[in-house]
Amino acid sequence: MASNGPPPPPAARTDGPPPPAPARRTGRARRPGTGPRHGRADRAALALMLGVPALLVVGLVWLPAAATVLLSFTRWDGIGGLDTIEWIGVQNYTDAFTIYPPFEPALRNNLVWLVVLFTVPTLLGMFLAVLLDRELRGGSVYQSIFYLPVVLSLALIGFVWQLIYSRDQGLLNAFLAMVADAPAVDWFGNPDINLYAVLVAAGWRHTGYIMLLYLAGLKAVDPSLREAAAIDGAGPVRTFTRVVFPALLPINLVVVVVTVIDALRAFDIVWVINRGRNGLELISALVTSNVIGEASRVGFGSALAVVMLVISLVFIVVYVSTMLRGAQR
Amino acid sequence: MHHRPPGPPGLRRRALLGGLAGAGALLALPGLTGCGAAGRDDPNTVRMASNRANPAQREAVRESLGVYEAASGRTVEVNTFDSTSFQESINNYLQGTPDDVIGWFAGYRMRFFAERGLISDVTDVWDRHFEGAFTDQVRSLCTAPDGRQYMVPDSTAPWAVFHRRSLFERNGYEVPATREEFVGLCERMRADGLEPLASGIREGWPAMGMFDHLNLRINGPEFHLELLDGDHSWDSSEVRSVFGAWAELLPHHQPDPLGRGINEAQTSLVRGEAGMMLCGMFITHVFPEGEDLDDLDCFAFPEFDPEIGADVVEAPIDGFMVSGDPRNPEGARELLGHLGSLEAQEIYTAIDPQALPTHLDAGTGGFSPLDAKVNDMVASAGALTQYMDRDTRPDFASVVMIPALQRFLRQPDDIADLTGTIQRQKLSIFGR
Repeated sequence: MASNGPPPPPAARTDGPPPPAPARRTGRARRPGTGPRHGRADRAALALMLGVPALLVVGLVWLPAAATVLLSFTRWDGIGGLDTIEWIGVQNYTDAFTIYPPFEPALRNNLVWLVVLFTVPTLLGMFLAVLLDRELRGGSVYQSIFYLPVVLSLALIGFVWQLIYSRDQGLLNAFLAMVADAPAVDWFGNPDINLYAVLVAAGWRHTGYIMLLYLAGLKAVDPSLREAAAIDGAGPVRTFTRVVFPALLPINLVVVVVTVIDALRAFDIVWVINRGRNGLELISALVTSNVIGEASRVGFGSALAVVMLVISLVFIVVYVSTMLRGAQR
Repeated sequence: MHHRPPGPPGLRRRALLGGLAGAGALLALPGLTGCGAAGRDDPNTVRMASNRANPAQREAVRESLGVYEAASGRTVEVNTFDSTSFQESINNYLQGTPDDVIGWFAGYRMRFFAERGLISDVTDVWDRHFEGAFTDQVRSLCTAPDGRQYMVPDSTAPWAVFHRRSLFERNGYEVPATREEFVGLCERMRADGLEPLASGIREGWPAMGMFDHLNLRINGPEFHLELLDGDHSWDSSEVRSVFGAWAELLPHHQPDPLGRGINEAQTSLVRGEAGMMLCGMFITHVFPEGEDLDDLDCFAFPEFDPEIGADVVEAPIDGFMVSGDPRNPEGARELLGHLGSLEAQEIYTAIDPQALPTHLDAGTGGFSPLDAKVNDMVASAGALTQYMDRDTRPDFASVVMIPALQRFLRQPDDIADLTGTIQRQKLSIFGR
């Protein structure tokens, strides 16, 4: 490619810029026009309004993140001054990848979590939203019921699923025994199935969330679009897939981001059940069990947190670049 | 989505600025409360953090402190924390502005804070009040490597094998004293349709009890404590023999322990579905008071090796320490002097069913038969241990041992690989 290709690409590249260039030029032309209208007070207010949040973000997000990266190269128990920090290079990372048995299952479980959240609750939530958008009688009642899990407290959710999944006293096993005479299943303890049992609980919560997001999106879709589609003879399914769904693009992006974030920081429910062990390992739970409490392996926990940060960064970069491209358009 | 907000821009900006001012005020608040707290240095007030949160324990703490308040004229402000949450936050708590007196555990977990200067030397309290009041063993559990005391003990909740007396009588079961008798009893129970050993390991830490007891009976207390202190390799024939003995007992445990909470396992003993349970005295909280609690009986974990015997008791000792920089040092020390006293211990242990006094002169008159039996076991013990998570580094116990023991319960057949994994992580954590 390098041998016969060179001449055309540079030409193409020099040809390429002109189309966007006028747009940029008009942008620049417009800004000087709006500039002088800002008084000094306006500028001060603007600086304050941008500066304070920027400071907060730097102080509360960027600095701790940088500190985490630094700490991941140390051994420190979090007690005493900074002089007790011992620098040990990449030892924590080596340990995590070689001699820390829960690490690999945690990576795998986070991935399974992401895939399952994307397939089941997201689609189900969308489906429920479409149904509820049709102004059924008692729609708001259904809506409240489906949304309820999102607002329930963590302790309550743990308790509810404990009642259902308990091996000896649980509802589910009692039901299975009654209906199918099945032997007791160890829903929480069997590492081959407990992740999926917990995913049902997590999905139950996520569905309500997604439903609400789509419901809001659907309400904002211009009804004339649907009317036009109906006049053109499209059925309800076609109207949704070809007309309404594409109009929901901003919501879809939000849902993707929300789902990815939820999958990465999934934590509370496994923590309540068994502190994220024995088949329910998640990176967030490993970070917590290393850092909090008396364990206080701050360095090692930070290394795990950095791994999580790197994974998140992949998604964040994709998301931000999509948004920026969208904003330029 | 992209259209401009229609409202008058000036108004919106003012509202936003107002919001910013509010946020600024919120940020300034912690400083203010800091000043307020510093102003509360009242010599007649002692503040205490208690991790004894269930109803009987709260009442017991209140009664004991009431006696102190009446005698000293000081008031004690008690902050009660849920025990597990307190454990998860104690590192930060001790580095912040902790209360003057703090309820905690003796042994490694107290020494850890003493070595880092987060708690105060209370040797003078021992010298003044507790000469000859406790056994040397208990005293050493309250002593840091510098030879000074940092905790005053009050009560203990020892471990044993618990069972229902009526169930043993009805079926003609004998209390087993040796490994053979123990296994024989388990087999009889299974033939009678019982789960011999109740087992609930979902929380992780309850698995440590069986490891501790088998190691104590097979390898003895010295090896056990040295192993937990990091002096021996985990990838050794001694440790493998412990897991081997455990694997032989596993068929007699309730199946699927990893999905069952310890409370559910205790409940199966209450209901008479399980025959026995290796547990701490805290099991008494689950048995309803009256007939059921009176029916609860126990025996020492049986002997596995006649050379070693069965007289080591796992007796986690609880007590109180003084924070590193107490607001009211005099009051805190005086309160500690009260909490370790015979009177305070007798009041406390009479109300909290799991607690036995550690004071040597404690009267046994008010004891239930169960209390008396366990108290005898402790008094005649060859050695006391504290439980794995109190006898070793907390990071090793929670981050390495819990997952390892859970893995053993899942796959009891590859012990050699398991002990190798533990040893590799132990080397990384202990650095030796």
